[in-house]
Amino acid sequence: MEVGQMQRRLVDYTKSLFMEGFLDAQFLQLQQLQDESNPDFVVEVVSLFFDDSEKLLNDLTMALDQPNVDFKKVDAHVHQLKGSSSSIGAQRVKNACIAFRSFCEEQNIDATLRCLQQVKQEYYLVKNKLETMLRVKQQIVAAGGSIPMIELGF
Amino acid sequence: MTMEEKLGGSNGEDGGRDRFPIGMRVLAVDDDPICLKVLENLLRKCQYHVTTTNQAITALKMLRENRNRYDLVISDVNMPDMDGFKLLELVGLEMDLPVIMLSAHSDTKLVMKGITHGACDYLLKPVRIEELKNIWQHVVRKKKPDSKDQINASNQDKSRGGTGETGPTSSSSDQKVSKKRKDQSEDEDEEGDDNGHEDPSTQKKPRVVWSVELHRKFVSAVNQLGLEKAVPKKILDLMNVDGLTRENVASHLQKYRLYLKRLSSVATQQANMVAALGSKDPSYLRMGSLDGFGDFRTLTGPGRISSASLSSYQPGGLFGRLNSSSALSLRGISSGVIQTGHSQTLNNPINGFGKIQPAVVPANQNQNGTLFQGIPTSINQLSQNKPTNHFGEFNRGNDPNAFGVATNFQDARVTVGGSSNTLPVSSGNPLLLQSNTQQTQHSGAFGNQPSSLGVTSLNQEPFDMNVRGSSNFLDHGRCSENWQSAVQLSSFPSNALSASETFSHEQLPSNNLQESISWTSSHLSSSPLDLSSSMANPANLEDSRGNISQVGLNNNVIQNIDCTTKQQWGDSRHDYNGNMNNSFSRGDSLVPASGPMMDQSNVISDKMNDVSLFSQFSGDSTYVVPHLDGEKSAFGTKSRSNDDFLFETKPQNGFNQNSFEPLENIMMSMIKSDQNNETPLMDGEFGFDAYSLGSCI
Repeated sequence: MEVGQMQRRLVDYTKSLFMEGFLDAQFLQLQQLQDESNPDFVVEVVSLFFDDSEKLLNDLTMALDQPNVDFKKVDAHVHQLKGSSSSIGAQRVKNACIAFRSFCEEQNIDATLRCLQQVKQEYYLVKNKLETMLRVKQQIVAAGGSIPMIELGF
Repeated sequence: MTMEEKLGGSNGEDGGRDRFPIGMRVLAVDDDPICLKVLENLLRKCQYHVTTTNQAITALKMLRENRNRYDLVISDVNMPDMDGFKLLELVGLEMDLPVIMLSAHSDTKLVMKGITHGACDYLLKPVRIEELKNIWQHVVRKKKPDSKDQINASNQDKSRGGTGETGPTSSSSDQKVSKKRKDQSEDEDEEGDDNGHEDPSTQKKPRVVWSVELHRKFVSAVNQLGLEKAVPKKILDLMNVDGLTRENVASHLQKYRLYLKRLSSVATQQANMVAALGSKDPSYLRMGSLDGFGDFRTLTGPGRISSASLSSYQPGGLFGRLNSSSALSLRGISSGVIQTGHSQTLNNPINGFGKIQPAVVPANQNQNGTLFQGIPTSINQLSQNKPTNHFGEFNRGNDPNAFGVATNFQDARVTVGGSSNTLPVSSGNPLLLQSNTQQTQHSGAFGNQPSSLGVTSLNQEPFDMNVRGSSNFLDHGRCSENWQSAVQLSSFPSNALSASETFSHEQLPSNNLQESISWTSSHLSSSPLDLSSSMANPANLEDSRGNISQVGLNNNVIQNIDCTTKQQWGDSRHDYNGNMNNSFSRGDSLVPASGPMMDQSNVISDKMNDVSLFSQFSGDSTYVVPHLDGEKSAFGTKSRSNDDFLFETKPQNGFNQNSFEPLENIMMSMIKSDQNNETPLMDGEFGFDAYSLGSCI
């Protein structure tokens, strides 16, 4: 596929992510932060996000698996996940976390388990999307093209 | 001097300074790596110079190493190793840097908490770059009081695009700051002269570093004048420090008042509890609010210390902070030179402050206990001189450390005792809190410093006994270690201990001590002594023996304190004995110590209490030097020292509980001093299960 085409695809794909709410304006900011002095910023942050989130999700799963669920700990984990997902702009994950927390406060085991599932799902979705996007970017760069700046009319 | 290095990031030339806020040095703290990374990059985008860390403790260390290296701190609220608010308080108190809180929570209560703890701003995650672009205003704002006109001038210059003049605020402040750092003479802030790029009128005064010494003077000046009447001009005159401007004093006074207020709110809670203590010094209460200190709640854990009281301390905010800081300081005072010497304040009815000489709290951090060591001495001092006042002084929350947390145990010289006894808490040896007042400095036993527990001051004589008693302990070998822990006890009581009884004047401040002690005890985390819990009682103890005993000598101590406090309230004097016992109960050594003490105490008449406080803080942390000072003086100094400590000590562990130990020591000592005779204060109320200090007797 030629570069121009790839670029267009990238733009469309990214736009759709925003439209669908997977990503929000924060992600745009991250992209803007990337520049010559910081060329891999987005990739680094996204990778960090993946690692950290996986860990948090594991901890959450374990915590909720206990016979006596420690909601405080669960809440702390979710809070952290919420913080990091919002920092990166993963909007749907963040929203799922917010719902999660309210159930934590109620100490509702069933609901929290469901929320956990939902968060996981959102996370995997956004992870997938981001990875795809990054892959396309890499291809473009490898093909000698430049990454188009996304102009989103927010 | 060149500010190049200051500017960090920017091209170190003068131009950098001029381009403030460009090149502003920010320290970012957040345990979430993603947020931290994003924040770092956002800040870099704003052309600030950024340093990051994901640990609050590391951040504090970095800040302490070189205050002048940073202009602003941004910190997350929820962090695993330390509460963001605590960090906030500490930074504000010690380094007087603007701090911005960061959180994903937009809860109003949290925001309020941030403000009351002194945050300049509260940002919500995810942070936007627009918000970060304006954070430099806080730096400017902070510098304003020091040199209003200068800033204005500089601002005007800046606004006029005064490229010629280096950014006055940044550059001069930088300069000053750096200068300050260098001299760091406690008593004076240097007014670094700018590189000369501006005329003096527009130069920013260097930031005043409120060292322990300086703060102590401040506190004593305020006390002399009376808090109500304390006006910056007069304070400045009294302090008689070169280079200090009225503005510096004014802003510090403002902070101090806030701190006191915070303590008093905590104190009120405690006061209710303590009622008896009538602790007037909110500061003491604040002490209780060891917020800063690793949660005195933990102290109360043992349940002894009326956790309620302790918890109330929390609000103390300031105090809590102080506590923490003091606690930290206590701990940190590894250098342990707790100069309880502040005792001077002690002697003077430190009405205003428990000016607990911060000195007391040698940042023993290692010692953990050492803090108390230092403190105890101070407590002693407190107790000695002014029975009531001293405690009050402690309360002032000056430093919970002040309590003589002789943390220094090591070196702890907890020179407690303003009264002369300043029992230097020999860190090496168990802080022999030698009752300052008269007590003979048993310190001999203790080797290093005759930890003049001073505590006993109250009666002056018993103290010896107490001290002796303690010395016994010490001899028992506890000294070596126990001391550290034990000693703490004395420190606290500044409130309570204030020689609990001897102070007769309502040491209430001692209550604070107690409280503070309690916290310390909690902090002390170490042993179950939770004397601290007992300490909680101290609040009531007011004059009671400085329940300090418990304070915290890490737990061990606390217990002692409780014991003492308990008793103290009743009879304040007796308690000391009890305290002594209690404090000793610290576990191993304490108890034995108390035993002997007890006897002695009886003989001694109140003062001794402190000695027992030596509370063997076993260990780790604070050796609450039981400064039986009994007299508040001890506490007074201690409190001051606490303050100082807060300022100084870096909460190494973030609030090692140990630090509180010294306080506890103080408390203990305080308590002890009262009582020498007293039988075990610990009636077990304090929950000293382990130590039944009360039974110590």
